[in-house]
Amino acid sequence: MLLSEGDLQAIVLTLELASITTAILLVLGTPIAWWLARTKSWWKGPLGAVVALPLVLPPSVLGFYLLLTMGPHGPVGQFTQWLGLGTLPFTFWGLVVGSVFYSLPFMVQPVQNAFESIGDRPLEAAATLRASPLDTFFSVVLPLALPGFITASILTFAHTVGEFGVVLMIGGNIPGETRVASVQIYDHVEALDYGQAHRLSAVMLVFSFLVLLALYAWRPNPKKV
Amino acid sequence: MKRLHTLLLTLALAASGAAQAGKITIAAAADLKFALDEIVTVFKQANPGEEVGVIYGSSGKFHTQIQQNAPYDLYFSADIKYPQELAKKGLAASAVKPYAFGRIVLWSASLDASKMTLTSLTDPKITRIAIANPKHAPYGKRAEEALRSVGLWDKVQSKLVYGENIAHTAQFVQTGNAQAGIIALALAVNPELASKGGYWLIPDKLHQPLEQGYIITQRAADNPLAKRFADYMDGKAARAVMVKYGFGLPGEAASN
Repeated sequence: MLLSEGDLQAIVLTLELASITTAILLVLGTPIAWWLARTKSWWKGPLGAVVALPLVLPPSVLGFYLLLTMGPHGPVGQFTQWLGLGTLPFTFWGLVVGSVFYSLPFMVQPVQNAFESIGDRPLEAAATLRASPLDTFFSVVLPLALPGFITASILTFAHTVGEFGVVLMIGGNIPGETRVASVQIYDHVEALDYGQAHRLSAVMLVFSFLVLLALYAWRPNPKKV
Repeated sequence: MKRLHTLLLTLALAASGAAQAGKITIAAAADLKFALDEIVTVFKQANPGEEVGVIYGSSGKFHTQIQQNAPYDLYFSADIKYPQELAKKGLAASAVKPYAFGRIVLWSASLDASKMTLTSLTDPKITRIAIANPKHAPYGKRAEEALRSVGLWDKVQSKLVYGENIAHTAQFVQTGNAQAGIIALALAVNPELASKGGYWLIPDKLHQPLEQGYIITQRAADNPLAKRFADYMDGKAARAVMVKYGFGLPGEAASN
């Protein structure tokens, strides 16, 4: 077997984390992107900046704040304990929360761009045909913005797969729970186990390349995103 | 003749100037964070003008980095095995010197761990226990050995979370995300950590000794400051600081 059981477990966990994060961000990110694309409010600037923050912030900053706020003395930790859920650090769902923040701009920005490029005319046309706003969104906006959604989903998924710093800080490295592929590779290197590190790294390299290749090959018309 | 004299004088001045502006970078295991900080502060006071930088991290990582020509002049490992391997590969400019024996403690930031033993870890109120990663961190290996030798490893394994190094492990406990942890005594006696909870010294017969060793790296073979710092580390003042932080010293009967 090329990969050990622990490595396979780490890969499966990584894919689970990336899939769930992408699904959650599709639901959360779409309304944010829509608002950012359509609003003329003064708040567009500040909210856009907040959404883009994870692009700039070191993952250690995000990990540090998450560890404190989700910990037993932090506000989020107090709330989850009150709900009887315990605290989030060292759990898979803690990583999901971290990843949702970490990958937020990768979902919101491409979708926002897609919404903006649609412009007002298709929406006005739909309105004159007496389509309800919801109907307009699903029959007109979604099909037109589909390339943006696909780009955003692939980027979000790939970016979550590549997550390391946040996971290291809030994960606790538990096999099958928070030990994702990037952390597993780090451990192999730390343990001077270069053979295993090489194999798992090669898998990640090939995977990442294929994802990006799919992304670029899929766009038949680069002018229209 | 006079010109030669001037030249010699200039050279001598330049040489002394160079000696004055010595510079070393030390790679040190995370358990040394507080002890070595104190030693370096005193060393700098006695040697003004010298630049001494310390980088703390995991011993295993430094071991890898030094093999890739990392710019470290001295390497203080938490496990003497690592510098020994480097010496075998010809990457050391000094003999491998044992400088301390580390001790592990049970520590908690919320509970009084001084009234606990390892058996207390099975308490259902303790849901998370932090240890350093036994796969590569020397303190993690000893924590695992101690838990195994009291027959608790299998019972508490599902509660374990793993820190990247011993300072990272302490941080999991300090933030309360793990209710208890096994960390270095050298960290637990630091006022910041000692002000919370309390610690229980794990008997050293439960695990292999944590023998720590250092080397001067090949790159610092001609760096007199590296040699001076190594000598200082072997001296009385530095050894006293190490004892203060709970380290055992090579060549001396272990306390406890």
